[in-house]
Amino acid sequence: MPFLLLVLALFIGPITNILWLSVSEPKLGLDNYQTLFISESIPRILWTTLRVCSITTFFSVVFGYSIAFAMANLAANKRNLMLSLILISFWISVLVRTFSWLMLLGRSGVVNTTLETMGLISEPITFMRNELGVLIGMVHYMIPYAVLPILASMQNIEQSLLSASRNLGATKAQTFLRIYLPLTRPGLVGSSLLVFILSLGFYVTPAVLGGGKVLMVAEYISVQILITLRWGTASMLAVVLLFGVLTLIYVMSRFIKLSSVFGGAKS
Amino acid sequence: MKHSGAMRLNTAVAWIMLFFLVAPAFIAIPVSLTSKTFLSMPYEGLSLRHYEKLFNSPEWLSSFAQSTIIAFSTMCLATSLGTLGAVGLWRISSKLGEVIRALLLLPLIVPPIITAMAFYRTFVPLGLIDSMTGLILAHTVLAAPLVLITVSASLAGFDVKLEHASLSLGASRWTTFQRIIIPSIRPGILAGAVFAFISSWDEIVVTLFLSKFTVYTLPRRMWNGIRENTDPTVAAAAVILLVVTTFSFLIWSLIQRKKVYSGRN
Repeated sequence: MPFLLLVLALFIGPITNILWLSVSEPKLGLDNYQTLFISESIPRILWTTLRVCSITTFFSVVFGYSIAFAMANLAANKRNLMLSLILISFWISVLVRTFSWLMLLGRSGVVNTTLETMGLISEPITFMRNELGVLIGMVHYMIPYAVLPILASMQNIEQSLLSASRNLGATKAQTFLRIYLPLTRPGLVGSSLLVFILSLGFYVTPAVLGGGKVLMVAEYISVQILITLRWGTASMLAVVLLFGVLTLIYVMSRFIKLSSVFGGAKS
Repeated sequence: MKHSGAMRLNTAVAWIMLFFLVAPAFIAIPVSLTSKTFLSMPYEGLSLRHYEKLFNSPEWLSSFAQSTIIAFSTMCLATSLGTLGAVGLWRISSKLGEVIRALLLLPLIVPPIITAMAFYRTFVPLGLIDSMTGLILAHTVLAAPLVLITVSASLAGFDVKLEHASLSLGASRWTTFQRIIIPSIRPGILAGAVFAFISSWDEIVVTLFLSKFTVYTLPRRMWNGIRENTDPTVAAAAVILLVVTTFSFLIWSLIQRKKVYSGRN
């Protein structure tokens, strides 16, 4: 199979090479992994990455849950319209979307000028070059990924369970909290993990909207390679990132069928 | 569940969120029409000067051409490889097959930045940096799994009896593949091809590492424009990207609709 050969030669091979580099560059040994603990900047960058990714995941999943809940309870034609909107935002290039946020959130961007004209603020709000801007861009990008696994789990719910709960005297709120929410837990966990995994390696939006002020691991790796040429540190971080992602994928596979994500998300 | 007040409120909020999911991207349209020479809203008059500049600039035009060639080649390669791979795996359908499938899907899971550095490191000694061939190969590795997914989904709905009938009526394996299997999974192949095209056309992270001077794709040039954050030509380019994306999305939706339709027959 030519496809398998191509992936082995041009993907698995190079990735293995990175694994090897992380213990051999500049000299053989685990020195690179030591910097993980003794360096001053690397723990800070990993912490920023984890913090930004966790907040992104939280908001994407909360917003995603609300959208999925509305979709699950609407008539088919309205649901399809909602699905189309989600898919369109999926398809729009991440560069175009990041560029739009620059236009909207800049010091003299649309949001600030509008608020100033309305007299709501006197000083422009700083959205850019800080974590707020990065979070807005990332949550916006991740919401579609959060919606789909949750929606799938909502559509699997047996409606009779909900009527049973109502018939037995539970209020609507009780039915939602005690029956509906627990039944959607696999979708919730699945979409949280998916968003978290995708956020961990996200490069474009944090790099542009963070403007160098919010340094996350992907951008740090690219600086190490393209500017300071420290392949050892870069490949060590890549290996840490890779194993983090693979572990999370494994955990995710225990909650949802992976094919429902990769089949459902992009096809 | 009956529609309660809380649910109506939630539905309204969901519509608003969906509006904000799609709307921001379209800010590029007014910005591209500004009459100023810096990035701004067209408060003081509309003008097409930035489109004029875009279509008269040799740099942007060559980026267009390169992106189109790379995306088109990637689409052809990824579609053939992905389709063959999907059919092969569908035939095997064993434990080993599932391991191979996971291996082939790996490029979708590994963060792009890691893929980019791995390609970079491997391509330098091969002399593939800053070459069209290098980018096409890299984009193919990233796009072929998308085709594998869509074609596999089509194959799941394919009736094996058709293949058996064709074989027992004396058709060769190759004829059966060409005349029976390919036509039945065509929607999956076409959808995969559209995906492959768009994924290469939009790809930036790997491209950032693999292109330098001679190869400069549209996203690569946009990236520079965005980082410099001054010239409105980049807004005009963003609008072009939006148009291409919308167009591909429409093609894809048509394919999907057909798939549902033919599925019912």
